[in-house]
Amino acid sequence: MVQASERSTTWRRFGSGILPWLLPLLILAAWEYAARSGLLSTRVLPEPWAVAKAAWHLVQTGELWSNLKVSAGRAFAGLAIGGGLGLLLGLLTGLFVPAQVALDSTLQMLRNIPPLAMIPLVILWFGIDEGAKLFLVALGVFFPLYLNTFHGIRTVDRNLIEMARSYGLSGWRLYRDVILPGALPSILVGLRFSLGLMWVLLIVAETISSSSGIGYMTMNAREFLQTDIVLVGILLYALLGKIADVAAKGLERVCLRWHPSYQ
Amino acid sequence: MSSAAHTQLLRDSTLAGREQPQSPAGSMAGTKNRSGLAIAIRGLEKHYDERQVLRGLSLDITRGSFVAIVGRSGCGKSTLLRIVAGLERADGGKLDVGTASCACEQRPDIRLMFQDARLLPWKSVIENVRLGLPRSALPAARAALRDVGLEDRAKDWPAALSGGQRQRVALARALVHRPQLLLLDEPLGALDALTRIEMHALIERLWREHGFTALLVTHDVQEAVALADRVVVIEDGTIGLDQAVALPRPRTRGSQAFAALEDRVLTQVLQQHTERPDAPASLEEQTDALRLATVRWVI
Repeated sequence: MVQASERSTTWRRFGSGILPWLLPLLILAAWEYAARSGLLSTRVLPEPWAVAKAAWHLVQTGELWSNLKVSAGRAFAGLAIGGGLGLLLGLLTGLFVPAQVALDSTLQMLRNIPPLAMIPLVILWFGIDEGAKLFLVALGVFFPLYLNTFHGIRTVDRNLIEMARSYGLSGWRLYRDVILPGALPSILVGLRFSLGLMWVLLIVAETISSSSGIGYMTMNAREFLQTDIVLVGILLYALLGKIADVAAKGLERVCLRWHPSYQ
Repeated sequence: MSSAAHTQLLRDSTLAGREQPQSPAGSMAGTKNRSGLAIAIRGLEKHYDERQVLRGLSLDITRGSFVAIVGRSGCGKSTLLRIVAGLERADGGKLDVGTASCACEQRPDIRLMFQDARLLPWKSVIENVRLGLPRSALPAARAALRDVGLEDRAKDWPAALSGGQRQRVALARALVHRPQLLLLDEPLGALDALTRIEMHALIERLWREHGFTALLVTHDVQEAVALADRVVVIEDGTIGLDQAVALPRPRTRGSQAFAALEDRVLTQVLQQHTERPDAPASLEEQTDALRLATVRWVI
């Protein structure tokens, strides 16, 4: 009986490990079959094997790496600028009521403008070089971080602050030991939103116009009807998005290890 | 007048509070000769908007004594404690704690235990105990944790502790500052009956060892009689009964003298209600009082 239950747990573990991959593998197999049997034209969708070969070719020529580096550089520079500003302003308005009165209603108004609606203006302001891409990404990631930082600070338990004050904490120490850790779960939610938006905005910015980056690589391939390379670009975006999400989750796991839901 | 002298005094007491935990003795040694702060309250007034909470309340508490304040919900007992703790300001009257008058300053020789433990969930148990103290206070924090019997949980997160354990950590956090006055704001209200009895013994032992003045606010009359030298019933913002409890320690709850005292205090707490039927009390409170009264008579 013990053996049977052991076997069932091993099966369960095995099943939960393999089950999520089953559907993608099936789709991949169906796709390969459809492409090989001629049901699917290569113009529409090349076979998976061709995509893999194209990816390998791009790796070998070094094209993939150089484009990837450029794209990632843009994404993280935009995140650093926009996210950093969002965090700082969120802290400012969250901690100081006068700053909130002066800034918050304006920022709430600007928040409702979709960043992509700014594209015509951005092109007029920055032309089509790096500045435009950075601005778009920074603008997009600013608001999730700003809003969540502000909200996080405002919802820190008042009782904990009262307790800390009565134990002699004030100023920087109160901020470091009580307010910031209390706001951190909310700030990290903002960061995850920002990371998602970061890639979306980068893709749009790079497809509009650029001479390097993954967006350029796919748009260039489109001109020559190289659907396999287009697919490599799309899959690359999916991979990058997933990596960013996993990294953000890992960060949450480390920073919030005190939280009951991470234990 | 002597605002400079006042500040000087506070600074001195700050220094004393900071130095103490670093003493090599670490534990209880050297505290025997300290016997807490005396409190003198004269005509204390407090109101929130239209509602008068404290009406000229006067109370003297001698050094090193254990005083329990009992009363119905909303009688002003918690407000009194928060004023003594410096968390709120009185609207009138005079309050002296120790040698300095207790303004809204945070004093390291006064520590408050809240009804909820209020531990910082993102700090380990030992870091919670060390809150507001330098790194060098770690041995003292560990000693305080040992005092409350939780040394082996030092590295755990507060979320992993039970309600009673959390309150014991909060008690250790207060004691590591070597307070001369410990204020307890219904600290055991949320605990189950068995844990509460354990905590009574712990608080009593630490009070005897450390020699601080203890001021306990509670709505549990039995708890008040079990712990305090003196039980003060607050009614409607003033003192309704001031009952000395001369029972020998450790106290046995079953004894006749204990029951008689408990009954006396309880009758006083309940009586105020029957005398003033127009007093604002919720239905829940009334049934609660009724139930308590019946139980008393049946037994």
